[in-house]
Amino acid sequence: MTSLSSPARRVRDAGPSGWLAAPALVFFLLFAVIPLLGVVFLSFTSWDGLREIKLDGLSSWATVLTDPVTGNALLVTAKIMFFSFIVQAPVSLLLGVFTAGGQKYRAALAVLYFLPLLLSSAAVAIAFKALLDPNFGLGPGFHLPLLTQDWLGNSDLVLFVVVFVIAWQFVPFHTLIYQGGVRQIPASLYEAAEIDGAGRFRQFWNITLPQLKYTMITSSTLMVVGSLAYFDLIFVLTGGGPGYSTRLLPLHMYLTGFKANDMGAASALGVILIVIGLGLALLLQRLGGKNRNASQLEGA
Amino acid sequence: MNIRKLRSAALAFSAAGVALSLAACGSAGPAGSNVSSDSATMWGLTGGNQPVLQKSVESWNQANADKSIKLDFFANDAYKTKVRTAVGAGEGPTFIYGWGGGVLKSYVDAGQVADLSDFVAQNPNVKDRYLPSVLKNGVVDGKTYALPNNNVQPVVLYYNKEVFDKVGAQAPKTWDELMALVPKFKEAGIAPFSLGGQSKWPDLMWLEYLVERIGGPEVFANIAANKPDAWSDPAVAQSLTKIQELVDAGGFINGFSSVAADSNADQALLYTGKAAMVLQGGWIYQGMKKDAADFVKGGKLGYATFPTVSGGKGDPANVVGNPSNFWSISAKATDAQKKAALDYVKDGMFTDGDTQALIDSGAVPVINGIDSKLAASPDKDFLTFVYGMAKNAPSFTLSWDQALSPAQGDAMLSNLDQIFLKKISPEQFVATMNATIGK
Repeated sequence: MTSLSSPARRVRDAGPSGWLAAPALVFFLLFAVIPLLGVVFLSFTSWDGLREIKLDGLSSWATVLTDPVTGNALLVTAKIMFFSFIVQAPVSLLLGVFTAGGQKYRAALAVLYFLPLLLSSAAVAIAFKALLDPNFGLGPGFHLPLLTQDWLGNSDLVLFVVVFVIAWQFVPFHTLIYQGGVRQIPASLYEAAEIDGAGRFRQFWNITLPQLKYTMITSSTLMVVGSLAYFDLIFVLTGGGPGYSTRLLPLHMYLTGFKANDMGAASALGVILIVIGLGLALLLQRLGGKNRNASQLEGA
Repeated sequence: MNIRKLRSAALAFSAAGVALSLAACGSAGPAGSNVSSDSATMWGLTGGNQPVLQKSVESWNQANADKSIKLDFFANDAYKTKVRTAVGAGEGPTFIYGWGGGVLKSYVDAGQVADLSDFVAQNPNVKDRYLPSVLKNGVVDGKTYALPNNNVQPVVLYYNKEVFDKVGAQAPKTWDELMALVPKFKEAGIAPFSLGGQSKWPDLMWLEYLVERIGGPEVFANIAANKPDAWSDPAVAQSLTKIQELVDAGGFINGFSSVAADSNADQALLYTGKAAMVLQGGWIYQGMKKDAADFVKGGKLGYATFPTVSGGKGDPANVVGNPSNFWSISAKATDAQKKAALDYVKDGMFTDGDTQALIDSGAVPVINGIDSKLAASPDKDFLTFVYGMAKNAPSFTLSWDQALSPAQGDAMLSNLDQIFLKKISPEQFVATMNATIGK
């Protein structure tokens, strides 16, 4: 038994030659790992960007870790991550399943849903900033009191506005991922379920969802880790304000580095950001389960 | 098993790479790829003076093809970030546009800008053309590092005369009159004050003038001199309290913290009649002249000095704002670039054409002997008002965010934003700012 199966298993586990990863790895080393080491080094210095870089021990770390704005930035980041996931995941899953259908009108709608993905974050932010302006925006323009809120100036409201705009921009991308995932599911599974008398809901619950497990992990990883990198959109839309209401970690890092010119503290924040990003990505991979290398299509 | 672990780690790594690309971001590189390495480069600001500078450099380049200057423009906030990073990385322009003050000093300390003292001594006609009070803002430790390049920009209280007539009000001369106007305008459904709060620096104009009126110029002079606990001067806390009272009274337009001054939204609120007044720099006259020509030409734009505060120590004629903008010459530029730059400063700047173009745009050049030109301008009322304000001011305090070091300036703007949002008390502001002294 062992003598027969083990060579076959080994080939499958090892996958294609590791050399295929070499070009990407070199690129990654040059443009990610080396700068990363630079950032770690800078976090132990004090540097205003102009003068000599001075080794300064843990003082940048002390500044960053005792600054209440850092704690607030972490909280804002966590909130945006959580709410973005809660909003985007179900919407893009349902939209993905919907647009995976073969009907012509669905294909047409899929193209429309896809449009926001073609716009740059800065353009999206400028457009929404104009639409949501409390004095010249959509609400005051059409005299709609309900829409005439201080969307971007109210500390309690602004976080949800940001989550909405992020969702508007990124739901199409995740919809596309889910659409692809759904189309991979063999039709034979649904045919068999139909013969067994399963309705649409049961088909969705018992076939579509489990079959999409890995699509979900991919999409969720991108959503969660991606929300650590939201910067351009929020920078243009609110600049982190009002106050510190939308100053999430990457923005806090940028403003510390390039507005306050404290590169040491900004580098320490960068290291925190990377550690959190790595941790979350690893965690999500774990959630995939022990047998994640097994085929999704087994039994199909 | 090992390979599996490696793979999931690699995947996590590449996902984190998204975050990383932000962490590793740096300078955006040199301005334009078609610049030959020997021609001087110049970065200017978009806005009111952009066409004037553009024309000046174009005519210089036409007459001096061998000493041509490559000119690029950037928006104010973006420029301030970009130029510092670029200079630090040795990729800065030959001409460094600035405001003088603490930011200039940080360039001097880092040896990034050339000492122009000899140049000024050898060319007395350069020195003599400027108003002396403005020239001194380019001097650090007795040496000249920057020369004025455009117009005097005091902070002015602008108001919409049409709206004032509608409610039957007069421009406020005292702080009490100002506070009394707030309910009057609110009843009429007009916001008393427009404010570009998202940009944060317009908030600062309020603090600068209130501290000036209440405590006089010494209060900030002590802060700028990094004297311990200089923020604890009672004038600071009193000014912050007055600001919060004005916020409480509904003095500022709805959603002021999401109004951006860089997109001129704050001035638009004034000329569309949605707000009655705005406290802003002298430069927004140029913007309104362009964007709302009828409003300005029709005489609907009023302007006044900042109100006095009863019991205040400051001379009512004192002014805050920007005495001018300045050119510094990069110490890292090549000799050919430096020569071209200095020749431009000597012969290409403030030519008759430049001076007239500045005046035509609605600005007051920082040079002597322009009284007759100002009097001949269609904007003579505003221009002579600004010129008089600047010339007669016993003290002209530079905008604080430029006068302080960048780290202090940034902390001040963030905390002042919190004051306007009522997230912190004046006492907290003072304590936080005292901790930044010397940084």
